[in-house]
Amino acid sequence: MEEIKKDKEIKTLEDVVTHYCPGCGHGIVHRLVADAIDRLEIREKTIGIAPIGCSVLIYNYLNVDFQEVPHGRAPAAATGIKRAQPDKVVFTYQGDGDLASIGTAEIVHAANRGENITVIFINNAVYGMTGGQMAPTTLLKQKTTTSPYGRNANIAGFPLRVCELLSSLDGVAYLERVSVSSPKNVMKAKRAIRHAFEVQLAKKGFSLVEVLSQCPMNWRMGSIDSVRWVDEVMSKTFPLKKFKDVEIS
Amino acid sequence: MGKKLLFKGNEAIAEAAIRAGCRYYFGYPITPQNEIPEYMSRRMPEIGGVFIQAESEIAAINMVFGAGGSGVRVMTTTSSPGISLMQEGISYLAGVEIPCVIVNVMRGGPGLGGILPAQSDYFQATKGGGHGDYYCIVLGPSTLQELVEVVFLAFDLADNYRNPVIILADGVIGQMMEPIEFPPEVDISKLPPKKWATTGAKGRKKIILKSLFLDPEKLENHNLHLQKKYKRMQEKEIRWEEINTKDCDLLLVAYGTAARVSKKAVAVAKERGISLGIFRPLTLYPFPYNQLKKAVENGRAKGILVVEMSLGQMIEDVKLSVEGIVPVGFYGRTGGVMLVVDEIIGKAENILKEVM
Amino acid sequence: MTWDIKFDFETKFKEGEIGKMMHEAIFAGFGGQGVLLIGQLLSYAAMKEGKNVTWMPSYGPEIRGGTANCSVVISDEEIASPIVDNPNLVISMNLPSLEKFVPRMRKGGTLIINTSLVDKDLKKYPEGADVFKIAATDKATELGNKMAANMVALGALIGRNEIINLKTLKDSLKDVLKGKGEAIIKLDKKALQLGYDLAKEKA
Repeated sequence: MEEIKKDKEIKTLEDVVTHYCPGCGHGIVHRLVADAIDRLEIREKTIGIAPIGCSVLIYNYLNVDFQEVPHGRAPAAATGIKRAQPDKVVFTYQGDGDLASIGTAEIVHAANRGENITVIFINNAVYGMTGGQMAPTTLLKQKTTTSPYGRNANIAGFPLRVCELLSSLDGVAYLERVSVSSPKNVMKAKRAIRHAFEVQLAKKGFSLVEVLSQCPMNWRMGSIDSVRWVDEVMSKTFPLKKFKDVEIS
Repeated sequence: MGKKLLFKGNEAIAEAAIRAGCRYYFGYPITPQNEIPEYMSRRMPEIGGVFIQAESEIAAINMVFGAGGSGVRVMTTTSSPGISLMQEGISYLAGVEIPCVIVNVMRGGPGLGGILPAQSDYFQATKGGGHGDYYCIVLGPSTLQELVEVVFLAFDLADNYRNPVIILADGVIGQMMEPIEFPPEVDISKLPPKKWATTGAKGRKKIILKSLFLDPEKLENHNLHLQKKYKRMQEKEIRWEEINTKDCDLLLVAYGTAARVSKKAVAVAKERGISLGIFRPLTLYPFPYNQLKKAVENGRAKGILVVEMSLGQMIEDVKLSVEGIVPVGFYGRTGGVMLVVDEIIGKAENILKEVM
Repeated sequence: MTWDIKFDFETKFKEGEIGKMMHEAIFAGFGGQGVLLIGQLLSYAAMKEGKNVTWMPSYGPEIRGGTANCSVVISDEEIASPIVDNPNLVISMNLPSLEKFVPRMRKGGTLIINTSLVDKDLKKYPEGADVFKIAATDKATELGNKMAANMVALGALIGRNEIINLKTLKDSLKDVLKGKGEAIIKLDKKALQLGYDLAKEKA
C-alpha cells in the first residue's frame, strides 16, 4: 500500500481554509485530484475547468490553471482547450446538476467524440449550492426542497445513472463509480482518479470517474449518518463498479 | 492584395478567417450559413487546424471559450436562432475577456422565423444580448470585399481588446458571390503572445479565467474595468462611410446589405432630380453617434431616412445621434422581403414633402 | 394559347442612365435546371473580362424541384446593390418564372424563353423587349443530355445581347465546373455554341 501524503506535502493543493460545509465530500475529492496531479507530475501542464455549483471555487484549492465556464458546458470548453492544446492535461470537475441535468448534451457528446479529457463527476443526489433542491440523481422517495413529499417517479422520473448511460458509447475509454464514504473507499477513489488521468496521458480517450459524495447539510443528516447513507442507500441505486477500462500499454 | 477571386460570401468568411490566423472553428449547421462549416471541414484538416461540428450552438460557443482561453484565434458562425442560444456563452466570454470572432449571418425572426436575409438582430448584437453590463464590438460589412477585410480586422480587434467581436452579416452577404482580393496572410507565429491564457502553470503563478466575483465591490470594479475598455473602443475604433452627406436634401442611414440597396437608391434618385446622401456605420458597436451628428450639422440635409431589413432597430441609435435636429423617418422590410429601390425613393420624397 | 399578366410600367422602368451602364439579369426555372450555375458562369466570365459583378441566388429547401432563380449584376462601375428589382436580361426556363419576372423587366431588355417547357405565349411583353424563344431542353436532348438546356439558353442570351464574349464563357466552364470531368465541359461548350448560333441565325 502506498504511503499517505500529508496535505502540505501535496504541491497541487493550496494551503487555504475550506469553505465547504462540515462532512462534505468535495474536500476529499479535491485532495485526491491534487494527489493524482502531483504523483503524475503534470501540475504545470494541467488545465482544470470549474463547474457552476458548490465546487465552482475549486480553483481556490488547486494550484493549476483554471477556466470557469457556464453551467453544464465544461465538457464543451474542455474540448476547445484540449483541441487547442493537445499536449496538455485537461479535466473537468462537475456536480450532478451541472453534468447530469443542464449539461447532459455536452457530456454525452464529449464522451461520444472520445475527447481525450478526464471528468470528475461528483454525485451527491442534490443541488448543494442553491439549497438542496432535487437533482437528476436524487433517489426515489428522497426528500429535497423541491421534492418535499419524496421523489415520485410519476412526477419527476427516475434517478439518472450516468455511468450506465455512457458505458455504451464507443468513445469512452474508462468509466468507474466510486465513493468517499470510508477510508477503504477513499483509497479506491484515489486509484480510480489517478487511473483516469493516466488514461488521458496514454491518449486513450474519454475517462470519467463518478464519485458518490455526501452532502450532510442538504441531506439534513449528521456526518456519520451521511456516509452510512451513501453505503446503505445511495449505492443500491448507484452500484460502485468499474464499467469500462481500456488497456494502457 | 492578391488576385481577384469569385467567392460566395460564406466561403469568403471561412477563407478569410483562416488567412487571418484562425485554426480553430466550432459550429453547428443552420441556414443560411452552412457553407462556412462545410468549407472549414474541408480546409482545416489541410492546414493542421481543427474543425468540430458541435452538438449544439451552446456547445459550439463553449468550445470557443475553451480554445479562446487557450490563447488561439478561434471563430464560430451561426444564424439568428443559433445566436440566441449562444448568448449565455457570449456573456461569459465578455465577462472573462476572451477574444473570439462570432459571425451572425442573420435571417428573419422572431422564433424560427424564416431562412431569408434580415437585419433584425441589431438590438441583440449591439446592446449586449446576454445578461450583464457588456458589449461586443459589432461590425456590419456591406460588400464581400469589405467582408473579408472585416474578418481580418475582427481577429485583430478581438485580440487587442480581449473581447468578443461579432460580424453582423445577413443572408444576402452569406449567399451572394462577388470578386474579392484577400489581404496578405497573417503569420500566426508573429502575433503577440497572450500571457493571460491558461496554458499550464509552468514557471509562473496559476491563471484563473473566471467571471465570478461574489464580493460586490470586486464585481463592480471588474465592471468598471470593462467599461473603461468600452470607452477606449468608442474613442479609437469607430468606423463609418459618408457619401454626399454635405450636399444632399435627405440623408439615408443604413448598414450592410441595406446600405447597398440605399446606394443604388441614391444613384436612381439623382436621375429623378432628388439629392440623397448616405451615412453608413461599419462599426455598429461602438456606434458613430457624434460622427453622424456632425454629418447632419455640416450638411444641408433636412431629414434622415433610416433603411433597415427590420422594422426599426438601428433607428433608435440614429435618433440618439441627431438629438432631434432633423426629423428621422424609417423604411424597412423584414422576414426576408427585399428592400425595393423605388420604395426607398418614395419614402424619401414623402419626408422631403413634409419638411420642405 | 395566350394569357395576360399584370404589368406595372408606371413606377418602374425609370432607371435611365444607370440602367444603360449596368446589366441586371435574372435566370429562373425549376430547381435542378441549373439556373444558378449559368448565373455563376456568367459572373465568372464577367470577372475575367475585368467587370464588376455580383451573383445572388434564391436559396432554401425548395432548391431541388421547386422554383430557383439567381440575380446577376454586371457593370463597369462599382455595383451598389446585388438585389435586382427590374432586370434587363431574363432567362425563363419554365412557366412560373415567366409569370414572375417578365412583368418586372426594364424597357428594351432581352428575354429568353425555353419553349420546351413554356407552351403558352404572353399577350404583351415589356416595351421594346427582344423576345427570343428557343426549345432549349429539346435542343440539349438532341446534343445528348437535357441537363445542358441551361447552357443552350445562356448561349442564346449572349447571341442576342453580347454583354460577354462567348469565348470567355466557354473558358470559364472549367472554373465553375471544377471536378465535373471533361465530358460535361465539352457538352456544355457545344450547348453554349448551339444556343448562340440559333440566336444569331434569327437575328
